[in-house]
Amino acid sequence: MSTEGQLDTIHMMVNMGPQHPSTHGVFRMVLWVDGERVVDLEPHIGYLHRGSEKLCEGEIYAQIVTLFDRLDYISNLNNEMLFCRSVEKLMGLAVPERAEYIRVILCELNRVASHLLFSGTFGIDAGAMTPIMYAFRDREKIQSMFEAVTGARMMHNYIRIGGVKGDVPEDFAQRMGVLLGEIRQGIDETDRLLSFNEIFLARTKGIGVIDAETAIAYGMSGPSLRACGVPMDVRKDQPYSVYDRFDFGIPVGEKGDSWDRYYVRVMEMRESLSIIEQALEQLPDGPTITPTRLVLRPPQGEVYVRGENPRGEIGVYLVSNGADRPYRVKVRPPSFCNLMALKELLKGTYVADAVVILGSLDIVLGEVDR
Amino acid sequence: MVERHRREETPQAPVALDDKGRALQLLLPEILAEFQPEVGAAVDLVVATVKPQDVPAVCRLTKEDPRLSFDYLMCLCVVDYVEHLQVVYHLYSTTMKHMMVLKANVSPEEPSLPSVIALWTGADWHERESHDLFGVVFEGHPNMNPLLLYEGFEGYPGRRNYEMPEYREW
Amino acid sequence: MELNVGTGNQEPRSLLNRAAPGVITARSEQLIAMARKSSIWPMTFGLACCAIEMISTYMAHHDLDRFGIVTWPSPRQSDVMIVAGTVVKKMAEPIKILYEQMPEPKWVIAMGSCATNGGPYYRSYSVVMGVDHIIPVDVYVPGCPPRPEALIDGILKLQEKIMQDAGERGRKT
Repeated sequence: MSTEGQLDTIHMMVNMGPQHPSTHGVFRMVLWVDGERVVDLEPHIGYLHRGSEKLCEGEIYAQIVTLFDRLDYISNLNNEMLFCRSVEKLMGLAVPERAEYIRVILCELNRVASHLLFSGTFGIDAGAMTPIMYAFRDREKIQSMFEAVTGARMMHNYIRIGGVKGDVPEDFAQRMGVLLGEIRQGIDETDRLLSFNEIFLARTKGIGVIDAETAIAYGMSGPSLRACGVPMDVRKDQPYSVYDRFDFGIPVGEKGDSWDRYYVRVMEMRESLSIIEQALEQLPDGPTITPTRLVLRPPQGEVYVRGENPRGEIGVYLVSNGADRPYRVKVRPPSFCNLMALKELLKGTYVADAVVILGSLDIVLGEVDR
Repeated sequence: MVERHRREETPQAPVALDDKGRALQLLLPEILAEFQPEVGAAVDLVVATVKPQDVPAVCRLTKEDPRLSFDYLMCLCVVDYVEHLQVVYHLYSTTMKHMMVLKANVSPEEPSLPSVIALWTGADWHERESHDLFGVVFEGHPNMNPLLLYEGFEGYPGRRNYEMPEYREW
Repeated sequence: MELNVGTGNQEPRSLLNRAAPGVITARSEQLIAMARKSSIWPMTFGLACCAIEMISTYMAHHDLDRFGIVTWPSPRQSDVMIVAGTVVKKMAEPIKILYEQMPEPKWVIAMGSCATNGGPYYRSYSVVMGVDHIIPVDVYVPGCPPRPEALIDGILKLQEKIMQDAGERGRKT
């Protein structure tokens, strides 16, 4: 007498809690599993909600740059540039050419640093313990360069409203030339180690596939969307700063799986290096900041500014009522919108793949929770 | 008697629409005529204000009309202007590469308007967050549990009348 | 006159030293403390931005492995909790649970200004002003974020503290 078909089964709840080596910060996933297959997912965020947006309403514009530094804490300079651009747009402030070029160089260098961190931690998620050492070796070189230019390894507070805080060191071009060569070699090494490794391919190819239409409906952006085949990049669609003067490509994936999301970022690093080289050639002389008052009073109005962060499209909605503090600052974080698609991505996959898929989305909880 | 010289009025940010913006400014009143929107501009974006109950229908029109095709919801947020709460939608079209802003005003005592989650699934967490921080209820949203704040948090921190805690050193 | 070139060895004092020269003796607490401080296993607990600098400290450039420090995911088998990042009220309870799951002897390093006293978020409605409101802290490492060298300095201070606490009776033995 067989009892198959009369067995009562319930789905087991697995809590990948806020403290977990693979959740990239304080993110909690509650998975309901049927054996090894994930049936349902309930993400819980808010374990890093610091109230940055509300704090912005009590600080002058110059202080808010430091709060924006700490939102997406891996791409600090990109966030600073976004906020400064929004205030400059509201005020109609012109930024000197040299400052624009320095901003672009530093932002692209920050993009490379962020993608290096991603490739290292994604390797760890898949089980590869060595590539992160190589990735961080190159990241340390970039951080030394940041320290020489801005004074800090992270949380630079260098891109100010009206330009940049100070000029670059005198031997900047020569040091950057050396650095770019070393970074290029480092990227090639990490690529050789990880990208076409058989085990890595088995762990990431075909895992976590999402199609372009669903991705757009969820509001995904950045490399996670470009891996699905949609060539959407704010630097090309609505060029800001001096990005329209450079010749660079947008790497686009084919299938929208985890490997595509990883390899799009590796190719983007190379494109960023080419942008930096072009910017260094074109770097003009001149002032580095348009002098403004410390306590700014922009005119009344509102503005929405988009930027291309390493993680995707970040937006800031700034409402001013003429006072020295903003009326409302709202940040549209790329990781927040990418993370919404996690439920869709994890349906029907194995529990072990959940870690790899979450890693391939490259989220930073600082900007998800703000 | 010393008269202090005060600025008469706060300066407004100048409006500077580009070609796509100007085209949208002409197109929107025509397409959304039955909802009688107020179409204006803010620096470089076209702004359309509609009544809160019309929001899903307006959004459906903006998404499906081939001249607009706003298929990407960039941001959904709430701004507290003390007499009313303003829900702001920033829309973008991936095909035509233009942007617009849609606004709806709700009262702070009973802030509720229909959800747009059926049109853009990406509105999910944005609406939950707005509910957490401002108390705006989105009708038709399947799950309004707190997203960012802990269970049992009292008050709506996003609102202007929320008292920030005093800083205590120890 | 004969030059008295000493050999560097002191006069043997105790019976054991006279009976078996070349044997080092110490109190057991000091030996155990020396073993503990040379093999601190922190729990992987990065909360926010300071976690990135903490990861940089573990990596090859500012190596922490040379101090015997290996990062360990499970709280049940770790010695130190390095609270790196802002402590939010929603996260306060998990932190307390994790601290209670760690077996004795355990220490806590508060890394960064957010874990020390709230940091740049000192006026926020949802931030705990310093992790020492929840769990006892042994070493505070200031900075926003502290450089890897500063974190290494904090860990060395913790090692000193472990030795010092073992020297005093009744403390963390």
